[in-house]
Amino acid sequence: MDGTKAANALKEAGLAALVALLLAVPLIGFRLTEGLQGLGIETRFDWVAWGVGVVFFGRFGLALTRGSRGDLLGHLPAMPKFPTGTGRTVAGLLLLLAIAMPLLPVADRYMVEIAITVLIYVMLGWGLNIVVGLAGLLDLGYVAFYAVGAYTYALLAINFDMSFWLCLPIAGLFAALFGIILGFPVLRLRGDYLAIVTLGFGEMIRIVLLNWKEFSGGPNGISSIPRPDFFGFPFAREGEPGQTTFHQLFGLEFSPMHRIIFLYYLILVLALLTNWFTLRMRRLPVGRAWEALREDEIACRALGINPTNVKLSAFALGAMFGGFAGAFFATRQGFISPESFSFIESAVILAIVVLGGMGSQMGVVIAAAFLILVPELLRDFSQYRMVLFGMAMVLIMLWRPQGLVAHRAPSARLEAGA
Amino acid sequence: MSLLTVEHLTIRFGGLVAVDDVSFAAADRKITAIIGPNGAGKTTVFNCLTGFYKPDVGRMMLSKDGQEWLLERMEGFRISQQAGVARTFQNIRLFPKMTVLENLLVAQHNVLQAASGFSIAGLLGLNSYRTAERAAIELARHWLDRVGMVHLANDEAGSLPYGAQRRLEIARAMCTGPRLLCLDEPAAGLNPAESAALAALVRRIRDEDGVAILLIEHDMSVVMEISDRIVVLDHGRKIAEGTPDQVRDDPEVIRAYLGAAEDEVAS
Repeated sequence: MDGTKAANALKEAGLAALVALLLAVPLIGFRLTEGLQGLGIETRFDWVAWGVGVVFFGRFGLALTRGSRGDLLGHLPAMPKFPTGTGRTVAGLLLLLAIAMPLLPVADRYMVEIAITVLIYVMLGWGLNIVVGLAGLLDLGYVAFYAVGAYTYALLAINFDMSFWLCLPIAGLFAALFGIILGFPVLRLRGDYLAIVTLGFGEMIRIVLLNWKEFSGGPNGISSIPRPDFFGFPFAREGEPGQTTFHQLFGLEFSPMHRIIFLYYLILVLALLTNWFTLRMRRLPVGRAWEALREDEIACRALGINPTNVKLSAFALGAMFGGFAGAFFATRQGFISPESFSFIESAVILAIVVLGGMGSQMGVVIAAAFLILVPELLRDFSQYRMVLFGMAMVLIMLWRPQGLVAHRAPSARLEAGA
Repeated sequence: MSLLTVEHLTIRFGGLVAVDDVSFAAADRKITAIIGPNGAGKTTVFNCLTGFYKPDVGRMMLSKDGQEWLLERMEGFRISQQAGVARTFQNIRLFPKMTVLENLLVAQHNVLQAASGFSIAGLLGLNSYRTAERAAIELARHWLDRVGMVHLANDEAGSLPYGAQRRLEIARAMCTGPRLLCLDEPAAGLNPAESAALAALVRRIRDEDGVAILLIEHDMSVVMEISDRIVVLDHGRKIAEGTPDQVRDDPEVIRAYLGAAEDEVAS
């Protein structure tokens, strides 16, 4: 009995060690060195031996203590069950915290800046949640709408001297238009095929922006984009002659923090608007049709629902919020270039939605905070940052394959009695 | 006057003729059953009627109260939306992650969508939309009551037992307010008691709601008990049509179901 167990463990450990060996030889075993005679190769087989040894004994020990193979999951603690209503309480507390955060004494410039970044991703996550989480349309090119919003604001503000408040809705509408343009050719596609086309669409937008120099400035991007003002009162030490600045208006000492705190509240309001809109839409026929479409498109058609309209509305509204976020991003950074809108951004936003639990608003907040804050906190381990980050993602997906918040709140309830 | 008239319906998949020149009619407020051995083309006829396939040849006309709809010319979703043809599926197609009530509200999408002013009135929370939503919930409650599932209204549809899912699918189809209800093997997988309850439900829909029913079913006890008229298909062709008694004694039908005796084949 024990003999077979040890033998099995030995076999398993041997197999793991073999895999480690195959991987380690090319990855660790050779190292390019720069010598006097040009490039040379240094071998580090002692490192390989150490690595393989650690894998062998580690796996052996694990196999012996664990008993059977493949139940790593059983060793992870289960997610605690929260009583119903916890979500609301937590959301309320988080909202209070979000409102009070920049006014707390501990909040310095760095913290508020990071919080703004987190909120941008929360908003993007909420926007993409409409398309991916509710309507079930896997969109890998969401960053395109973010880019459309950002460039719309930048170009309108610079060329036509339009204010941020006027550009914001235009940027949203323009992004929505692009959402519909993307939506039409992909109406018949689902799943993997849809993902590929949306991925291509995202790249197309980026490459056009990169190459159309006269229009978008090409790789140089657009700089000195106007910063937002406080409804006509600029955040500046000295206004133009005859102009009142923000700090004069309120009789405050000038501080560069004013603008950052204003930006913080601006993105907070925009994100909350996205959230309110999505929650509201979920309880309307369109929102229910989105979810029904995710569940079964054929049944939707048999019930007389026009899948074209449902899909296009999801694409357009999701894109619109991406556009709002893009306009905000442009005014916050003051500089945009195609580099900010690469595929990795789409991947991060999608990861936020999937990690948070498809369709869950609360999940998006937690996942966005995690995905933005963890790399930030790990800055001290700069070399291993991405490794630790990847490990954390793998662990979460093992632990909660349906995402952090898998609970789905019904959009309508039948009250008992009556 | 018949509600549905199907004439010379032919559907080919490549070289295979799935439905071959089939004509039949379904009377309003009657139950018309389509029976036949496996692969006879019954579900293909349904898929054609509900717009999932386009026929190669033939005409399908729905007419009621002086209005006419040519189903073969309509886009899939409009057949339910405008002509009022609702259906259920052989392999149940509910929205499994949504609750029972939500399933029934999705079925009333077009009514609610109009009432929500394409979401604008709904977003603003206007009274007109709230009234419409309350009415929709009441209709859902009515149908849940009819299929005996009011207590399950807030449960996830996918977690229901099989029989309840079948009944929910019928309730969902009825929530679209159809003129013609197409049931594709509603009794499949049900035990005898559930089958009997289903037969009673279908009969009540015919008698009380004034809806015509087209029924595909293998359970002959159900078919013979509730059908007003039966159409028999075999290998894509119509081989018989008539009342249950006529069809039961038809030699062609018996041959299709039981196979021809060897001497008959020789002759």
